[in-house]
Amino acid sequence: MPARRSLGEGVRVAWLILRKDLTVEVRSLEIAYTTLFFAVSCVLFFAFALVKEGKAPEDGAAGILWIAIAFAGTLALGRTFERERQSETLRALLMAPADRPAIYVGKLLGIIALLVAAEIVLVPLVAFLFQAPLLSHPFWLGAVLLSGTIGFAAVGTLFSAMLVRARSRDVLLPVLLYPITVPVIIAGVRATAELLQPDVELALVRFWVALLLALDVVFVTLALWTFEPLMTD
Amino acid sequence: MSIDFNELTAEDVSRHFGRRKALSRISFRTGTGSILGLLGPNGAGKSTMIAVLATLLRPSGGDIRYGTHMASATGAELRARIGVLGHDLFLYPELTARENLAFFAGLYGAANARAAADAALDRAGLADRADDPISSFSRGMRQRVALERSLVHGPRLVLLDEPFTGLDDASAAALVARLRGLRNEGAIVVLATHDLDLAEGLLDSALFLRDGRMVEAVARPGALRSTYRSIMGRA
Repeated sequence: MPARRSLGEGVRVAWLILRKDLTVEVRSLEIAYTTLFFAVSCVLFFAFALVKEGKAPEDGAAGILWIAIAFAGTLALGRTFERERQSETLRALLMAPADRPAIYVGKLLGIIALLVAAEIVLVPLVAFLFQAPLLSHPFWLGAVLLSGTIGFAAVGTLFSAMLVRARSRDVLLPVLLYPITVPVIIAGVRATAELLQPDVELALVRFWVALLLALDVVFVTLALWTFEPLMTD
Repeated sequence: MSIDFNELTAEDVSRHFGRRKALSRISFRTGTGSILGLLGPNGAGKSTMIAVLATLLRPSGGDIRYGTHMASATGAELRARIGVLGHDLFLYPELTARENLAFFAGLYGAANARAAADAALDRAGLADRADDPISSFSRGMRQRVALERSLVHGPRLVLLDEPFTGLDDASAAALVARLRGLRNEGAIVVLATHDLDLAEGLLDSALFLRDGRMVEAVARPGALRSTYRSIMGRA
């Protein structure tokens, strides 16, 4: 078996890949623009359809926020690996003497950073359009969004890397991604909906966040374990 | 821990994609300070052989040994000693030449990635374009950066897949000189090409491939074009 490199080396490689991905994105703003445009459009369409005379359906804001995050995340996942495919740089990454899980972690952190940036725009927009007190518990909302985003992105990063050479990758990604991330989306929606109640039951929010963190641990562990064999050949 | 090797040996290497045999029982041996040419028409299996040697593809049968090391047993340490220049240049068009080279130098563990990138840019003759994005470079300039990207970590085994594609005469001559330099420095160079004129006089040995099979292996091939015609005519 190949000797495992040190954790510090893995962190260094993940950081290099994250920094590279963010530099490329800052130069092109391609993924940021497309995901934000898509997510904001999605929220606007729902707002036009559901908000009547200034009244939004109960818990609607929670569902719509997570729909926008999931759709925007799927778009970002597809594009970030399409970029590596177009210039075949994914092969260069796989040929480097870095542990492949470190490459996965670098790509995952890049996706999370992009989704967090999208959420920073989406949360106030949804709060405004749906008259929802989303920002009344900023710490818990941050915890719910971050833990949910990690779980969604952990599965998505693995699948989009796996599908990078598949001809119908754009169709296959959501088909594979959504059924597996359903628990994350449900937990995220329920926790966010709870935060919108007039009397927030924090014990319930804590339960959903704990569930999301448990799902994160499971998904990230499975992805780290399977990334290397899936990316070989 | 870094590993090193003086010899590259392929024994009965095959690679199948489903029912298609991209490589069928290829064997050869080459050592440090030499350039091995993989010659053949399109679809002969040259790129597949390069990908197998680069550890990107696992052979369906046979073994590849890097000195005494097997790819399956050494993984990352072995990849640290291999440099690959493929059909695609493996460069990020949005990043500058320096950023690309520094990124890959860092990935290969260079202590000072920036200094390694600057030295590579000097060798490529592109120091004055270091801070320009790769997307603004001509094909020849990109190819020079890509070659230095593949060599930035001082690999023992250098794998080049059609490196003369898109190069003008001056750039092709510079590449030939660089390959001779690598041979003199003790690298094992494997060059897949169908540009026989540029490979003329450069190869220490040649492997003629057709439809994934080895037609003939020739040491010190001379008059490459006529040798190629006579060997492929017979096949």
